[in-house]
Amino acid sequence: MPETDNAFQSALTLLLSLDPMLVSIVTLSLQVSLAAVLIGAVIGLPLGAALALWRFPGRGLVVTLLNAFMGLPPVVAGLVIYLLLSRAGPLGNLGLLFTPTAMVIAQTLLVLPIIAALTRDHIDTLWQEYREQLSSFGITRLGAMPGLLWDARFTLMTVVLAGFGRASAEVGAVLIVGGNIEGVTRVMTTAIALETSRGNLALALGLGLVLLGLVALVNAAAYLIGERARRRLG
Amino acid sequence: MRRSRRGSHRSHSPRPAVMALSVLSLVSTLAAGTAAAADKVLLLASTTSTEQSGLFDHLLPRFHNATGIEVRVVAVGTGQAFALARRGDADALLVHDPAGEAALIAAGHASERADIMFNDYVLIGPTEDPAAIDEAPTAAEAFARIAAAEAPFTSRGDDSGTHRAEQRLWAAAGIEPSAPWYRELGSAMGATLNTAAAMDAYALADRASWATFVNRQALAVLFECDEALFNGYASLLLSRERHPHLRHDLAEQWHDWLLSEEGQDAIAEFRLDGEPLFFPAVL
Repeated sequence: MPETDNAFQSALTLLLSLDPMLVSIVTLSLQVSLAAVLIGAVIGLPLGAALALWRFPGRGLVVTLLNAFMGLPPVVAGLVIYLLLSRAGPLGNLGLLFTPTAMVIAQTLLVLPIIAALTRDHIDTLWQEYREQLSSFGITRLGAMPGLLWDARFTLMTVVLAGFGRASAEVGAVLIVGGNIEGVTRVMTTAIALETSRGNLALALGLGLVLLGLVALVNAAAYLIGERARRRLG
Repeated sequence: MRRSRRGSHRSHSPRPAVMALSVLSLVSTLAAGTAAAADKVLLLASTTSTEQSGLFDHLLPRFHNATGIEVRVVAVGTGQAFALARRGDADALLVHDPAGEAALIAAGHASERADIMFNDYVLIGPTEDPAAIDEAPTAAEAFARIAAAEAPFTSRGDDSGTHRAEQRLWAAAGIEPSAPWYRELGSAMGATLNTAAAMDAYALADRASWATFVNRQALAVLFECDEALFNGYASLLLSRERHPHLRHDLAEQWHDWLLSEEGQDAIAEFRLDGEPLFFPAVL
């Protein structure tokens, strides 16, 4: 397969030459996906924990919907956000369509259900385990929430990484709401789609390798931070 | 044991603060990007073929030098470009579908249309040419031969300018193409050519997309140069009444520049491997 050989070659060339276009694409990819994951985590972690701790009518429906939204196709998320941000849509006058902000919003919609649903699952297990103990100390649900989240932090880091994987891998949503504008909203995945459609398969695969390396680096960093924290705890 | 751990670590953890700060900085970077973009930026909806050919990389710096306007190109199929225009999401259009352009003007969304440049469509197929279209006298006859041979034909099927041109050509040949030999892909030009290369199928492509397409395998141009294969690109300005929020003044400068001697010269000068891909319509 000549494409694979050439792909490694073009990935290497791209990296070694520090192609300014590649650098800007990589930077934007990281900015957009990390921002989406951070927002998703800030909302999703407490939301998931709250769903695990409190009982209210319709809770089962909310949990089921949240789990279902983990499978939301990116292209549908993109379309929904497009219709919201389009000039003819309800948020049209914000002028956010075809900007990185629109891409962050779309990816947040994809990441949030994953983080919230998996957090709910983990916290639910912990809560079942410690509920009686915590209650006997007079700790309320609200009071228990930060502690439970902190206790589950290593698992939750994997949850957040799963969210990051989803964000950095998707192309459907950012293509629709970002428009793949060169130098403005072009990210790794849309650049790969573009090169594929040019029939530039080696370059497309090369960009894919760079993206894979990038995601691996982020995961490795998270793993190392986790390991260090674990060791410190003994 | 777990409880004590929880208690002791909550107090000296700076992480939430760090996280909040980085969220803020990320969000503000992104917001700043949007705000700075607001002044002299024009959003142009155009076709994938013009973008992929590299034409915009050639034209936009010249236009920017002349006017200081930054043009941002959203490259989509012509059908989607019309949808963007109808919803007020693009400031100007550069597209290639005469019937769709007329419909947009008739519906009151576009106010002005001008021919900017042209090239032609080419019929691509496997070099063995099972339908023998390379000796066909006309484009309609070439399409008829593909249908008669029931040779695989990959169609864009995405309501793009090229897809609409292809449908006109089938109609001119008096044929209603059908599966299994006729394969509607619902894909962009490049993806369609990738598929055609993989299944040794015929396909209609615009000359610019074909010229920039790398993964040709056994594909070649088998039929070309027929009046029916004319491919004209037009610039459209959108209606001020219908879409008052658009950057009409910038769009007009772009439209006028494309029609000016400077703009037309720039189009004529654009080459790929020494070959012109677009021909100015006005000069």
